[in-house]
Parts: sequence; structure tokens; C-alpha cells
Amino acid sequence: MSQSEIVLRVEGVTKRFGTLTANSSISFSLEKGKVLSLLGENGAGKTTLMNIIFGHYTADEGHVEVFGKRLEAGNPAEAIALGVGMVHQHFTLADNLTVLDNVILGTESLWRVRQARAAARQKLQSLSQEFGLEVNPDALVSALTVGEKQRVEILKALYRGARVLILDEPTAVLTPQETDQLFATLKDMIARGLSVIFISHKLGEVMQIADRIAVLRHGQLVAEFPVAEASREIIAEKMVGETIPQPKRTEMEPGEPVLQIAEASARDEQGQAVLKKVSLTLRSKQIIGMAGVSGNGQKALSDLISGLLPPTEGQVAVKGEAVRVFDPRSMVAKGVGRVPEDRHLQGVVGDFTVSENLILEDYTNPRFSRRGWMRAGEIAAHARKMIKAFDIRGGGPETIVRGLSGGNMQKVILARVLENNPDIILANQPTRGLDVGAATFVHEQLFKAKERGAGVLLISEDLEELLAVSDQVVVMYHGQVSAPMPVEDVTLQQLGLLMSGETFTAAGTEM
Amino acid sequence: MDLLDMFLNVGFWAATVRMATPLIFGTLGELICERAGVLNLGIEGIMTTGAMVAWMWVYQGGDLWTAVLVAAAFGMLFGYLHSMFSVYMGLSQHVTGIGITLLATSLSYFSFRMLLPGVTTPPKIEPFELEPIPFLSDIPVLGEALFTQSPLTYLAFVLVIVVAYVLYKTPVGLAVRMVGENPMAVEVQGIDVYRVRTAAVTVGSGFMAVGGAFLTISVFDAFYFDMINGRGWICVALVIFASWKPGKALLGAVLFAAFDAIQIRVQQSSASFIPYQFYLMMPYLFSILALIIMSRKAAYPKALLVPFRRGQR
Amino acid sequence: MILEPRTNTPLWMTISAPVLAVVVVLILSGGLIAWAGAPLLESYVALVKGAFGSRFAISETLVRATPLILTGLAAAVAFRAKLWNIGGEGQLYMGALAATYFGTGLVSLPMPLMIPFLFLVGAIAGGVLLLVPALLKTRLKVDEVVTTLLLNFIILLLANYLLFGPWKDPMSMGWPQGAPIIDEGVLPNLVAKTRLHGGLIFSLIAAVCVFILMTKTRWGLEIRAVGHNVDAARFAGIPINKTVIRTALISGGLAACAGVTEVAGTKGYLTLDISPGFGYTGIAVAMLAGLNPLGVIVAALFIAGIYNGADSMSRTMDVSNYIADVITAASLLMVMLAVMLTRMRIRWR
Repeated sequence: MSQSEIVLRVEGVTKRFGTLTANSSISFSLEKGKVLSLLGENGAGKTTLMNIIFGHYTADEGHVEVFGKRLEAGNPAEAIALGVGMVHQHFTLADNLTVLDNVILGTESLWRVRQARAAARQKLQSLSQEFGLEVNPDALVSALTVGEKQRVEILKALYRGARVLILDEPTAVLTPQETDQLFATLKDMIARGLSVIFISHKLGEVMQIADRIAVLRHGQLVAEFPVAEASREIIAEKMVGETIPQPKRTEMEPGEPVLQIAEASARDEQGQAVLKKVSLTLRSKQIIGMAGVSGNGQKALSDLISGLLPPTEGQVAVKGEAVRVFDPRSMVAKGVGRVPEDRHLQGVVGDFTVSENLILEDYTNPRFSRRGWMRAGEIAAHARKMIKAFDIRGGGPETIVRGLSGGNMQKVILARVLENNPDIILANQPTRGLDVGAATFVHEQLFKAKERGAGVLLISEDLEELLAVSDQVVVMYHGQVSAPMPVEDVTLQQLGLLMSGETFTAAGTEM
Repeated sequence: MDLLDMFLNVGFWAATVRMATPLIFGTLGELICERAGVLNLGIEGIMTTGAMVAWMWVYQGGDLWTAVLVAAAFGMLFGYLHSMFSVYMGLSQHVTGIGITLLATSLSYFSFRMLLPGVTTPPKIEPFELEPIPFLSDIPVLGEALFTQSPLTYLAFVLVIVVAYVLYKTPVGLAVRMVGENPMAVEVQGIDVYRVRTAAVTVGSGFMAVGGAFLTISVFDAFYFDMINGRGWICVALVIFASWKPGKALLGAVLFAAFDAIQIRVQQSSASFIPYQFYLMMPYLFSILALIIMSRKAAYPKALLVPFRRGQR
Repeated sequence: MILEPRTNTPLWMTISAPVLAVVVVLILSGGLIAWAGAPLLESYVALVKGAFGSRFAISETLVRATPLILTGLAAAVAFRAKLWNIGGEGQLYMGALAATYFGTGLVSLPMPLMIPFLFLVGAIAGGVLLLVPALLKTRLKVDEVVTTLLLNFIILLLANYLLFGPWKDPMSMGWPQGAPIIDEGVLPNLVAKTRLHGGLIFSLIAAVCVFILMTKTRWGLEIRAVGHNVDAARFAGIPINKTVIRTALISGGLAACAGVTEVAGTKGYLTLDISPGFGYTGIAVAMLAGLNPLGVIVAALFIAGIYNGADSMSRTMDVSNYIADVITAASLLMVMLAVMLTRMRIRWR
């Protein structure tokens, strides 16, 4: 293995977004038939670097070489032509079109009078057989499962003859079993001479699949070593820089039920049944973690509790009292605190100031407005108090929220939610995209709320987080929720099987 | 009622097809833009420009078919300008469109005034003549109505088929449809999203301008101010009515024109006691009605109105 | 080419961007003036003189700015909530129709009551007109752009019918015009020997009120939240539909008031040409002002000046006065571009 061929070389790449340096003179190389894993916290600059390699961005300094040729045009067409394929973190598929449509686009000259669909279908089918990536070429993408969509993404790259494959957080949306399957496929590909860059922030997986590990922190390459020389501790320290003490879960005797959902069903705007007889009881001084592959009804359940989606049947009771009016304001008034799934989309109004965002759920309160007039002084004072209490950095009350980092934006939302001491906290993916420090802050806040007597429903795709934070775990699958399991009795493997539906059974009612 | 007479009347069907023609061009043009994810509210102004330019070309001694091409070229120019703002700069498609309509309209009027100063009654030109298609035009009623039309009308029908073919059967059509659904899916396949969108808006705007030209060099023989009279906006409604499908766009345009033809006939019949202004409101009311009927089913291209910005986090 | 968000926008940039955009437009329009064969500099001098060069010119510009402030405010309020009200023209005529219906003898009140009454009924009529698209938008998700545009044509035809039919003033010698507004309802003249009328005061007050509404009140917060991020607003519990409908009533009402100022102030009676597209020009005014209600005043003065200046330029220099429409439209596009460039920078690779 001494004379291995370098297939991809990154030389001194620097990329700035305004004042933020996302990548600072990064250099590394990838050998043929090897897996290089790029590790780093959220926000360390991994995705930016990959987007530069694939030509979405152009580097401010430095360059990328693939098979000895420099990438110069700075667009994906060039990278594809040189044999780079990329599976993006967020799928890049057009939902209303077929798998074949998504694969075939860009593979033939745009000015052809006919598409060579028959030949394309054959090529796609033989590829999917060769690599064990089964998928129906004529299925609409919207009908595919998450795992199938990922297969299509990989097939797209293989179809274009990719010899270097970049996978950006490919396991984030998969069950442990699906992850194993993906790894088997990857190993198969490597055996056929493909080289892989595998991006992740999960140590365990990386140790399984990688040959070399490169660690990014704050946009800099802080370490690079063969996986054989690495240990979990060393990598973790390199990733985070310092060890942040993780708050520990404390055992507490759960109190009275604060949220009871009994056989609730709901339909979305298209009339699809998204919740099917869901039953769940959340008690005071309890954190229930909810696992599940995304798209299995978590959003609907979260909307139900948030007051955005009324049930078509069944009941929801808050603190023993049945909810009749489903709208966000009355849910908040009943003592439900809600941390939404998507900060930018639902959590904050990006063009509003910190102080305006802090009162967004509470602006009708006489504290902040009287007879229709906003009380600017009170609002600013409130903002100053919250900024101090929740350690919101990067600006003052009049700072536009869009400019804050993800962690600080989440603190604004947490401040808004927790300030009124809600009895029920719905936290939907509260740490998604946050670095370890910010995620720890979120967990601390959830623990504090629990100790104070609140019940917390934590919905997360990060199974390790769920197991570390929750007292009980439930799984959501096809719009149904399983019976709760004490966290001590649950393993990752079990969760995976439940999430894929293999051993799943829905819970009965408890009310 | 002599309704049956009307439906057996060649003149009625001929008028329907004639009135549908500018709508077919406009609706197809708007459909191409929207399929690529760009709402083109410049349509009203671009149709005005097409009408003015084509007429002026013929008036200055130019040939009719060249006039069609010149109109299309001017339409494409405004479409390109639209895409500079809405595609490359990612600005609001609503405001850009209104801006293009105001600009195209005012430039057309300004130019008309500059080229023909002091004209009070609009001068006339020799427009396209009806070209009956041999044999087909001999078929009673429907054949007579359909195949005794202006060559531009035949062109409109042919274009429906061409657009449908290109959209659904060719690589470039796939790129246009995909860029309207998820531009990122196009970008990752190595195709320039900006170019696809710009091309679609430019070509679509060319269609719109020909729709305008039809009015001045085929049905009528002169250019009047305000002669587009909301036809562009009606086309925007028709695209929604047609669920972004070329075949349905044709159907919608013909249906709409038929209602218009009925309306005119009823208005002209002596039995009418309703003021004519209320008949003239009909097309606009029908459009609103069509929007309401289709509102539940409307499956918008997912990326419609959403600007795509390259290389941005 | 790539657009990158700027981290901060200096104040000088915010202020100079629209000014610079307008300068660029005036330079580009120079091409049209040259085409017309008129001397460039002299033409622009004539334009400025025609707009602001004398007491009379200034008063005429203010008269023209009056409805533009109101239609500009209508667009600014609606666009803030991302309610794309392109129906200002129709709402303006609706206000004018209401003022004519109630103000030509049906109701007679003393002047201090009659004038507010006319504005009130006008505003209600315009608000109700925009309520239709707003309800279709909130209930059935029907796109309001197309419906508001189409309603413009419907209302103009309605006005056409009324003025050629039942409302035609028998004293008008066959012209399609309505009966004069009764004396108590006529907006008082502000400066002798000019057409300047109380509508200007009304529109200035309206601008200040809208400014306060948007920045200091609960409704303003709701309108802005819905406009900036409707999902976050819904999540936070802001009543979206109520806000959209309220915005529609305010916006439609403001545009309709422009119809009232024209019928009860500038003309004294309803005709079919009381508005040379004030409703549409209001959109340009609002964009020029960056949707700021106080900025609308400045933008309206500028646009009104361009129109009046172009009228006088067309008389002296033989350049078609449609150049004013060209300048307005180009300014709309150019200012939108300039404002974006204060937030983004272009990077050519």
C-alpha cells in the first residue's frame, strides 16, 4: 500500500462568508480506495468544504485537484465531469418527478430532441443490481422512504461515473440497521476502487468505516490521522477543543400527568392521515424522548401539541383539562411551551429584532402592549433581562435576529418559551445543527425545567441524545406511537428495529 | 332560445378560435415561465409591446412574418430583463413583473408617439389574411371554423403540441420542469439553474409578444392604446386553470373565448336589456371564477416564486 | 456570479441607494430624449422647472402628489404583509364612486362632518373591495395578484356604466361625468389661485398615522410579522387571517381615499379619467420609499414632479409625456435593485 494513488487533493482552501471564516487554509488528500472521514461539530465548516469540492462554492484561496486536474470553473458540472459525486445532507431530488427523471437529468445534452429513456432505465437498473441499491425507476420520488431517497442520491452519483463519492452526514436520517446496510454498500464500492469522503459528527460510525480521520474545528483542520491511531477520547477532544462537562440526568419520581393524548388522529392539508390513534401520557418531572425516522408523523404530533393541527378524533388534555380550541395562543396560555423543529422557518422572524422575537408569543400581554399600543420601554427592558438570563450573545435588544448564530437564535427561542415556566415543554429537534456547547446549554435548560416540575416531550433524530436525556422513550412509526419504555431497558439496536417498523406495535390508550 | 343555432353557427366557432389565439400564445408563454418557477407578471406589458412593435414594423413597410419575429424578439428582450431581476438578482417576482409591465407599456406608448407624432386616428395596415386549409376547411361547421383562420392561429395550435412535446419528452423540458420543482436538484446535476430559468422566461415572453402581435396584425389592423385590456392577466389566471399543462391551457383558452363569443352574441341580440358594460365584465369575472374553482386542486410548481441563490448558505 | 449578504449596511448606503438609482434612470432616459431630438440638458431643466420651477408648478405637483401618497401608502401597507394588492386603481375608483354616491346630495351634513363622512364611506367601499381578494386568499388560497388586477377592470367598467347611464350629470352636455359634490363636501382650497386642496393635509396625516401604526402598535407588529415570516407568525399564535384581512381593509381604504381626494378635491365631480393610473403608480411610489410610510411622501412628490415636469417638457421640447411613465417604471425596477445591493454584494468569480 505504499504507492497509493492520490485521487483528490485539497490545497490551502479558505472560504469566508462576510466576517465569518468557514474554512481557513485547509489541506488534505484522499487516496484511491480509501475512506476519509471528516469529523467536526456542527458549524465546524465540513459542509462548506465539501460544497467547495463539488463546485457549489468557490474558494477564496487555495484550490482542489481531482485526479491531478485542478477544479477551476467552480460549478458542479466540472466536478461531476472529473468523477466527483456528492450525496447532500438535504436530499436534492424533485419530489413530483420519477426516480429516472431525477437520475437522467444532466446526463445527456439538453438539446437532444428525444430522451434516451430506455437505455437510461437499463443502465440504472444494472447499477442498482450491481451495488444492491434497489429502487423502482418509475416511482415518484415523493412516494419513496428516506432510505430509498438516499439510495437514489447514491445512484445519481454512480450513474455519472463518480469515482470519488462525498457523503454529507448520510446517517443522520437513517435507522441503525439502515446505517449498517449503507456501510455494507460503501465497503462494496470501495472494493471496486471508489474513494469516499464521509462526513459525520458521530464518532462511533466513523471508527467503523473510515481509514483516515480529519478533524475540523472552527473552520480549521486541527488533526489528521489513520483510524488505527485514534481513540474516541482523542477525537472528541480534538473536535470540541475542550471537554465540556455534560449535564447528567437525575432520576425523579414522575408526578401528575400534564399532557394526555388519547387515540388522537389527524389529517394533513392534503387529507392524508398523519396521526393514527396516538396515545401518550406525559407526566410532571418527566422527559419522554421520541425516536423515529423523519416523516413518520412527528411533525403532525408536534403541530397537534403546538395548537396548529386540530385532531379529527380523539382527545388532548392539558393538566387534566380537555383541550377544545386548537390554536397556538390558547395552547401557550394553557402552559405549553413549544420549541419548533425549524428555527429559521418557525422559530423566529429573521428580520425582527431580538426584543421583538422575545415577545412574539406574548405581545398581547398587558406587560408589553396596552390598548393596542406596544410598550417599547418594557419590551426593551424585558429583552435586556432575557439576554442576561439566557446568555444570548452576538447583539443587543435591537439586533436583527437573522445575524445571530444558530445557538444564540435557539437561546432566544428558549428564553421566550421558558420564561413563563410552562408545565409542558415540547422540544422538537432542539439541538439540530448546534455545536456541543450550545446543545449542552439546551439540555441543561430541559433538565432544569424537569426539576422545576415540568414535563418535557423531546423529539429528536439523534438517538444518542435521546438515550442520554430522556427518562422514557417512545417510537413513532407511520403516524403511530409505541408504548413508553424506560430508557434503561432500551438499546440502539432495539430502537432501530422499532423505527423501521419491524417490531413496532402502537400503544393502547391509558386514559 | 336560439342557443342551438349559435352552436351550429360557423361564425360563432370561427370567432371563438380567433379570440382564443392571443390567449393561447399568452397562456403558453406564461406556462413556460411558471413551469421554470418564475411568475411573469410582465405579460400584460410584453403583449402590448408585441402588439405595437409588430404593427409598427408592418406600417413602416415590413413584411408580416418578419413582424411576428420582431415582436417575439422584443418580447424576449423584456423577458431577459425580467430574468435579470427575478432570476439572477432573486428579486420579488411580483414587483419585477409589475415593473416590467409598466416599463414595456410606457416604452411602447412613448415609441408609438415618437414614431407617429400628431396622429389622432390610428392608421391602418394590411393584416394577415385568412388561409383556408384545403379539404379540411370543407368539413361543415367545425372544419370551416377551425381551418379558415389566420396563419398565426394555426401557429398557436402547432405550438401547443410543440411545447407539450418539449416539456415532457426532451431533456431541456425535463430541466425546465425540474427547475420549477427543486432548483437544487438541477444544480447538483451540473446544470446552471440561472440559465434554464432565464431561457424559459425569455422564450415564454417571446410567445406573449406574438400573442399581442396577433391582435394588431391579424384580427385588427391598427394599434390602439389599452388594447391588450387585461388579456395578459387573464392568461395568468388561465395558467392556474390549466394546472400548468399545455393541453389544458389550450382547452382553457378556447373555453374562455367561447364564453366571450357567447357574451358578445347575447349582447348584440336585441333581446338584451343589460347594459353592455356588464357583458364586458364577463371575461374578468370568468377568470376570477376559474381561479376559485381551481383553487382547491391547484398544484403549483413547488419552486414557483422562490428565488434560487447560488453559493449562499 | 454570486450574491453574498453584507454583514452590515452603512446608513449612507441606505440613503444614497435610491437616489443613485434614480440618477441612473434619468441618465438612461436621456437616451429617449435624445431619440426625440431634444437637447438633453435643456429638456431636464424644463422638466425640473415644470415640476418645481414656480409657485404654480409646485402647487400642481402637490395636487398630483396627494393621491399618489395615498395609493403609495396602500401599496406600502399591503406589501409589508406580503399581500400583493395590485388593485389600487380599482379601489381608488371605488372610493370615488362612494364619494359620488353619498356626496352629490344623498347625504347632507355640515362641512366638518361631511368631509370626514365622505372619506369614511370611500374608505369602507375600497376596503370592502379588497376584502374580496383577501377572503379568497385566506379561505381558498386564490392568488390575490390576479384577482386584484382583474377587479380593476371590473370596477372601471362599473364606473363607465354609471357615468354613461344612471349617474350621468344632465348638465354635463353629454360628457360622461357625475354630478358635482355638494359644497359641504368639497375639500377646501388651501392657497388662493391654485388647485391645492385639503386632500394634501389628509394624505400627510394619513402617512404619519400609517407610520405610527406600523411601528408603535400591535396591529403593526402583526402585519410586519406576517409579512416577514408567516410560518413563524402562525407558530407564535399571531392570527394570520385576521391580520391579512385587517391589512386588506386598511390598504383598500387608503387607496380609496385617493379617489375621494380626486372627486371631492381636485375635480369636484367624478369622471372616467380622474386617475391616470394612480393605483399602479402607487406601487412604484411604495417601492421607491422602501415601503416606509414617511418615505412615501418624498417618493410621491418625486413621481408627481416627474409627471408634471414631463407634461411641461412635452409642450416645450416636443418629447412625448409618456416619458414620465417610462421614468417611473424604470425607477421602480432600479430602486428595487439598488436596495437589494445595499443588503447583498455581487461577487464575480
